[in-house]
Amino acid sequence: MSDAGVYDPHEPTNRAVHRFNVGLDRAVLRPVSKGYDAVVPDGVQTMVGNASDNLGEPSNLVNRTLQGDLRGAGVALYRFVVNSTVGLGGIYDVAAEFGVTADDTDFGETLHTWGGGEGAYVELPVLGPSTTRDATGRVVDAVLNPLSTVMNSDQKTPRTSLKVADRVGSRARYGDTLDSVLYESTDSYSQTQLLYLQNRRFELGIENEDSYIDPTEIDTEGF
Amino acid sequence: MAPLFSRRSFIATASATALMPALPTAAFALNEATAKGLVEKLVQEINKVIASGKSETAMIGDFERIFKRYSDTSYIAAYAMGVDGRRASGAQKKAFSTAFTAYVARKYGKRFREFIGGRLEVQSVKKVKSFYQVRTIAYLKGESPFEVDFHVSDRTGKDLFFNLYIEGINMLLTEREEIGAMLDRRKGNIDQMITDLKKAG
Repeated sequence: MSDAGVYDPHEPTNRAVHRFNVGLDRAVLRPVSKGYDAVVPDGVQTMVGNASDNLGEPSNLVNRTLQGDLRGAGVALYRFVVNSTVGLGGIYDVAAEFGVTADDTDFGETLHTWGGGEGAYVELPVLGPSTTRDATGRVVDAVLNPLSTVMNSDQKTPRTSLKVADRVGSRARYGDTLDSVLYESTDSYSQTQLLYLQNRRFELGIENEDSYIDPTEIDTEGF
Repeated sequence: MAPLFSRRSFIATASATALMPALPTAAFALNEATAKGLVEKLVQEINKVIASGKSETAMIGDFERIFKRYSDTSYIAAYAMGVDGRRASGAQKKAFSTAFTAYVARKYGKRFREFIGGRLEVQSVKKVKSFYQVRTIAYLKGESPFEVDFHVSDRTGKDLFFNLYIEGINMLLTEREEIGAMLDRRKGNIDQMITDLKKAG
């Protein structure tokens, strides 16, 4: 464990994957997202994001239930039903207008609520930063998603396209911020890792007050 | 509510005020109200810059001015340098502080520029250890609202923020990693790192 609470026993492999991911971003994702952003109006980008998020709600429902969070399960169910119908197949987030905003989860979080530790840091090809726990969660989510069981292969192709478009849209939306991490920071691997772990722990509510940096921790003499 | 000053703190405050007449934000004692007040003023200034529609360079200049006035720049710089600060000379520390402050203003100023059309709102304040955590919510166009926390301390005798958390990502830790990586890449050469820092962000 380092000072920042990072456990990274597979660093050499992770760094190789990171180089691949950055290369992929530079060659494909980044230019495609710029084109997408230039061609697709903001309103449509939001619809694509909404529709893609809506297809994630059944999975949220399952995970919230497994986490014993029945209120959260209710939120996912309500959002899926309302947005799929009134929200025209999920392209409008009507539920949010009614005050029921998205609260995404995944099987990685379920493992966390069951007491599963974070494990080691891993950077996955294409998918990006993760941990052994969260990578396991991704696999389980793919299997567990109720939509995967009810959808036939004709319906799965548009779903995959939607997910890809959403990913491209996210790359466009956070373009400058991601550029600054991937291309402007000195060690983009370490910076990606640190940002991911801090944000993930925050999402899971792990961040505790003991980890806050004290204003008297460092001698500031001369600075 | 407790009286604003006890007699003892009044005397201390009076002499401190006499000694530092030019302080822009003459803070008496840090409490929930003053910590929140500081962040409210800070947020007002940031929102004003965001709404001004100025050029990026002009906005970054404004952010640097705001950052110098409202944050504990010496603590933030010292923390970012970490243990390497122990082998730095006085001149290096000073040069680093100056370069680092401008770098932070550029880097975070660019991010705040993305807030155009959005705003920050102060929510609540809480005492944590020896400091106060002031929670704000950022409302950005087309995004779910997210938390931005300011950690405020009166370590220097003034109320200043010394750390910033954006959705759990804390500035001190993130910048210490970045400065550490810069030093590693330059084989620990502090002067070289400072020169490069002037171009970074």
